Amino acid sequence: MDELLNGLPKLGSAAAAIALFLAVLLVLFLIGGRIRGKLQGPVAIAVFLGPAVILVTMGLIVPAGRTIYGSFLDADQKEFIGFDNYSWIFETQWGTLTNTILWIVITPIASTGLGLTLALLLDRMKRESVAKSLIFMPMAISFVGASIIWGLIYEYRPPTSDQVGLLSQIVMWFGVEELPNWILWQPFNNYLLMIIMIWIQVGFAMVVLSAAIKNISPDVVEAAELDGAAGWKLFSRVTIPMIRATLIVVLTTIMIAVLKIFDIVRTMTNGNFGTQVVANEMYAQSFVQFNQGHGNALAVVLFIGVIPLIIYNVIQLRKERAIR
Amino acid sequence: MSVEAPEFIVLPGPDNGKPTIKEAARRKLSSPWAVFVVAIITILWTIPIVGLLVTSFRPSADAQNTGWWTFFRNPAVTFSNYAEVITGGTTMGTGIMPYFFNSFAIAIPAAIFPLILASMAAYAIAWVPFKGSIWIFFGIFALQVVPLQMALLPLLQMFNLGWSIGDIPIFPDLNKPGSQQSLLAGTYIPLWIAHTMFALPLAIFLLHNFMAQLPRDLMEAARVDGAGHFLIFRKIVLPLSIPAIASFAIFQFLWVWNDLLVAITFVGGTPNVAPITSYLATIKGSYGAQLHLITAGAFIAIIVPLIVFFSLQRFFVRGLLAGSVKG
Repeated sequence: MDELLNGLPKLGSAAAAIALFLAVLLVLFLIGGRIRGKLQGPVAIAVFLGPAVILVTMGLIVPAGRTIYGSFLDADQKEFIGFDNYSWIFETQWGTLTNTILWIVITPIASTGLGLTLALLLDRMKRESVAKSLIFMPMAISFVGASIIWGLIYEYRPPTSDQVGLLSQIVMWFGVEELPNWILWQPFNNYLLMIIMIWIQVGFAMVVLSAAIKNISPDVVEAAELDGAAGWKLFSRVTIPMIRATLIVVLTTIMIAVLKIFDIVRTMTNGNFGTQVVANEMYAQSFVQFNQGHGNALAVVLFIGVIPLIIYNVIQLRKERAIR
Repeated sequence: MSVEAPEFIVLPGPDNGKPTIKEAARRKLSSPWAVFVVAIITILWTIPIVGLLVTSFRPSADAQNTGWWTFFRNPAVTFSNYAEVITGGTTMGTGIMPYFFNSFAIAIPAAIFPLILASMAAYAIAWVPFKGSIWIFFGIFALQVVPLQMALLPLLQMFNLGWSIGDIPIFPDLNKPGSQQSLLAGTYIPLWIAHTMFALPLAIFLLHNFMAQLPRDLMEAARVDGAGHFLIFRKIVLPLSIPAIASFAIFQFLWVWNDLLVAITFVGGTPNVAPITSYLATIKGSYGAQLHLITAGAFIAIIVPLIVFFSLQRFFVRGLLAGSVKG
C-alpha cells in the first residue's frame, strides 16, 4: 500500500504538467482565433508551426551543429585538434565500424524479408490475427526486457552440468558435446545479438507489409491472373512493384531503429567480446571515458552513414508529391 | 472484396474444368505447408517470452540450476520473487515500484505533448498555404535520421548550464545560485522536453501524411463559411485525425516506456525520477545471476506495454498504417 501512496504524487505532477500545457494552448487558440484579416495566416503559422520548429531547432538542429563542431575539439572540448578524433576512429575502431555496418545491412533485410514472407503466407489464411498478434508482440517489449529474455536463451553452463540456456540445451539434444559460450563466441555473438533485434522488428514489417498487400487493388491482381501470372511471377511482377514504396518505408524505418541501437549491445555485452557498435562506443566515450571529442566524432560518423538514406528518401518523397 | 472473374470467360484448353488460377493460388498459399511454417515461426517467436514468464515464478534454486523447460516435468510455483522485487526485500533497496510510477509519470506527458504539437505543425504544413512549407516538411522529414546520440550531450549541457548566443540567453541557466545543481535536476522536466523534441519529426511526418489526405472540399467549405484556421483545426481536422493521433500516442507511449538511452543520460538511476528500464538495466548488472529476480522485474516492466498493446492493438495497427502505407 505504501508503494501505491508514494506513487500518487508522481502521477499528480504528470497530470499537472499536462493541464498546464493544455491551458497554455487554449489561451493561444483563444487569442489566435480572434484575429481576422491579413494577419490571420501569419499568426496561424506562428502558433501552429512555431512550437514544433523551436523545439526541433533547439533539440536537434543546434545540438547536431554543436556536435559536429565539438568533434573537432579535444577530450575536454577546449582546444581545436582538427581531424584527430576521426583519425582515432579510423585507426582504432575498425571492429566497431564493421559491426555497425553488419547491423545496418543484415537486420533490416532479414526483418523485412521474414516479415514479407509471413505477410504473404498469412494473406489468405484463416485465424491470421492470432499468429499476427503473437509475432507482433515483441515490438511492445523494451530492448532491456528483450535482452533479459534472450539472456535466458543464451545463458552458458558447462556441458557437464544441467543447462539453463535454451539454445545450449537444444544444441545438446542434437548430440553436440562441446558448447561455445554463446555471448563470448566471436564473431558469431554479433549475429546472436542481431537475432534479438530481428525478433523485435519482424512483427512491424509483417503488419505494415500485410496491409500493403491487402491494399493492392483486386482488379490489378485479377488482370494479372487473367494474363496468366501466378505464383512467383505474380509475386515478383505485380505484388512487389505494387508495395515497393511500403517496402522502402519499412526498410528505412528499421534501419533508423538499428542505427540508434544501443540498449541491446549495452545490456548483453556492453560492447565487449567484439560486439561493439558505434552508438554504444559513443556512449562509452562520452559518459564513461569522458572523452567528448571522441564521442562527438562517433555521433557524426553515425550521421554521415545515414545521409545517403536521407537523400534517397527525400527524392522518393518528392516523386510521390509530384504524383499527388 | 475480391472481384470475381465473370463466368463467361472460358479459360484456355488445358485449364478447362479445373479450378481457376486464383483459386489454385489461394489453395497453394494456405496449403498445410504454409500453415506449418507460420505455426513454427509463431511458436519460435513466443517461446522466449514463455521462458521469461515461467522463470519468474520458479523458486530461486530451481531457476538458477535448471532450465525453465524442466518446470513442466517438475512444477514448483512461488510468488516470492515478485514479492521481493516489489518490496525490495532485504537486498534490493526501494524495489521496483518507485520506478514503475516514474515510468508512467514520464511516458504519459511525453506521449501527449509531442502529439498535440505535431498535429498542429502537420496541419500548418498540409493546409495553411505559405511559401517554403514544402522545405520545412522535407527538413523535418530529414531530421528523423539525425541520431539521437548527436543531440544528447549538447541538450544535457543546455539543461544544466543554460544556453545563450553571445549575451542573449536562449535557454536560462537554471542553477541555484552558488550550487552546481540545476533546478531541473531530479524532475521529470528534462525527460519530457527531450522526448518531445525527439518524437516531433516522425510524428509530424506521419500526421502530415494522414491530414493531407483529408478531403479538400471540407476545408474549402469551412473557409467559405468564414471559419479561420484555429476553428478548422479544432472542429474539423482534429476530430477527423483522432484515429491517427491516438495510435501514434500509443506508439510514443510504448517508445518512451521502453527507452533507456534518454533516461540514463538525463536522470541516471535515482528512484525519484528514473524509469523502470533504468532499474532493470541496473539489476541486470548487479543481480545478473539471480535469474528468478531479474525475470520477475522484467515481467513487471513489460506487462504494461503488453496490456496496452493487446487492448489497443486495432488502433495501434491502424495508426501505424495511416502513415506508412499509401494506397
